[in-house]
Amino acid sequence: MDQIRVQGVTHTYKSGVTALYDLDLTVEKGEFVFIIGSTGCGKSTLGKLLYRELKPTKGTILVGGINVGKIPNRKVYKIRRKMGVVFQDYKLLDKLTVYENVAFALEIFGLPKDEIHEKVVKALELVGLKNKLKMYPRELSGGEQQRVAIARAIVNGPKLLICDEPTGNLDPKTSMEVMTVLDEINKLGTTILMVTHDINIVDKMKKRTVLLNAGRVLKDYAEGEYTK
Amino acid sequence: MKTFRILGRNIRDSFRGVWRNLSLSLASISCITITLIVVSIAMILSANVNNFTSQIEKDVTIVVFLDQNIEEDDIDSLYYDIDTIQYVESITFKGKDEIAGEMMEASETYDSIMSNWTHEDNPLQDTYLVKVTDIDHIAEVAKEIGYLENVSVVKYGEGMVEELVSIFDMIKNVTIVIVIALILVTAFLIANTIKITIDSRRREIEIMRLVGASNINIKIPFIFEGLVLGVIGSIIPIIITCYGYAALYTRLHGQLFSSIIKLIVPEPFMYNVSLLLLVIGMVVGMVGSLRAVKKYLKI
Repeated sequence: MDQIRVQGVTHTYKSGVTALYDLDLTVEKGEFVFIIGSTGCGKSTLGKLLYRELKPTKGTILVGGINVGKIPNRKVYKIRRKMGVVFQDYKLLDKLTVYENVAFALEIFGLPKDEIHEKVVKALELVGLKNKLKMYPRELSGGEQQRVAIARAIVNGPKLLICDEPTGNLDPKTSMEVMTVLDEINKLGTTILMVTHDINIVDKMKKRTVLLNAGRVLKDYAEGEYTK
Repeated sequence: MKTFRILGRNIRDSFRGVWRNLSLSLASISCITITLIVVSIAMILSANVNNFTSQIEKDVTIVVFLDQNIEEDDIDSLYYDIDTIQYVESITFKGKDEIAGEMMEASETYDSIMSNWTHEDNPLQDTYLVKVTDIDHIAEVAKEIGYLENVSVVKYGEGMVEELVSIFDMIKNVTIVIVIALILVTAFLIANTIKITIDSRRREIEIMRLVGASNINIKIPFIFEGLVLGVIGSIIPIIITCYGYAALYTRLHGQLFSSIIKLIVPEPFMYNVSLLLLVIGMVVGMVGSLRAVKKYLKI
């Protein structure tokens, strides 16, 4: 069964700029897909449509069988609980420790303390930060901060992880460290859709890659097919 | 169980929120404190003015002088006639002998003159002392009594009472307007200060939304935080109200300028004012938070 099914989606911003034109895309469960393209090709818009920060102007977007475009604003949280989202700017709370930043997502759901602790430690272990639980984001490097953000995104065990330029602020070496973490998460069964403009990473990872151009799919490379 | 955990987390987070954003929290708290002190002073003043005016109002009496040669039966029937008039609260009979007795007690001169009077010689008149339920209607009550048979003269301090009533009404209205205006200004000020506090935390709200917090999940901790700010902000005004008013009352011996103007006894008055301050602080804190959070929620 497919995890994401985008059918005939067009998105026009209020300013009148159309970012996506009649886009079709299917992502199977457990896949790792890169969305690449030049600035303004609509790749970030696609990400925002998937985690329902935006609504499509036309077409349907099914995530795990749910038509996310039809979800009213006040119910968006329901779909957000089923997916993890990672951003270029990490979006961590500076005044919370690493542990608290990750636990934050679970506390909202009212999970028992022990369960929260178990899940948080497990998620931080997976991203290699188990020894930095009590540190604050400002005490960590960029790569480490992004790994905390990834831990927060996966702590609830989502089936889908959407990454919007997660390596955008990182140097090549640190970027690869983050990619290794994401690859491991993918191997554990989480579908990953990553929007990026860093073709070096895409080249090294050898995953399925969708190239967008001016709001349309220009080419859909199968695993290992894409080269710089 | 889950609800309790979420509630517990919200309470904990509200205190943490206040602590973590200490400088802005202090701004909100001091704003609440200062305005609540002003509100407290206005409330105490207004309550005392009201108390004083109602005391004076209670003392205002209509004196009904009865005809000199009135029969015993007519005195009784006049009582019932007065009793049927609207706004009459109480009627007390004071006979001419009783009045003479009081006068003799009050002055030796009167005593020497009046001590020889018999009931028949006594030129004074029997009276009914009538109190009204509402001082605003004293003139019409007096007028109606004046129409009754066997009534010779009706006196209630005409002119002066009306003037007093209108002054009291004015003072009452002015103080009520001042208190309401102050409470509104307080609400506005506090709401805005809290709004600034929360504006600085839009990132937190954004992240909460991202990790799957529902609107209610987001609102509740901030509402609690507003509540905490309100409670903390009302502590100093409450202390000032309780100790300050009690000290003032003792120092002034319970009266202002003269024994006519009596202050309200501190207990339980100051506790009621304190409770009101706490409630105003809490409500305004919550409303201010809610207003601010709503701005960042996509509903």
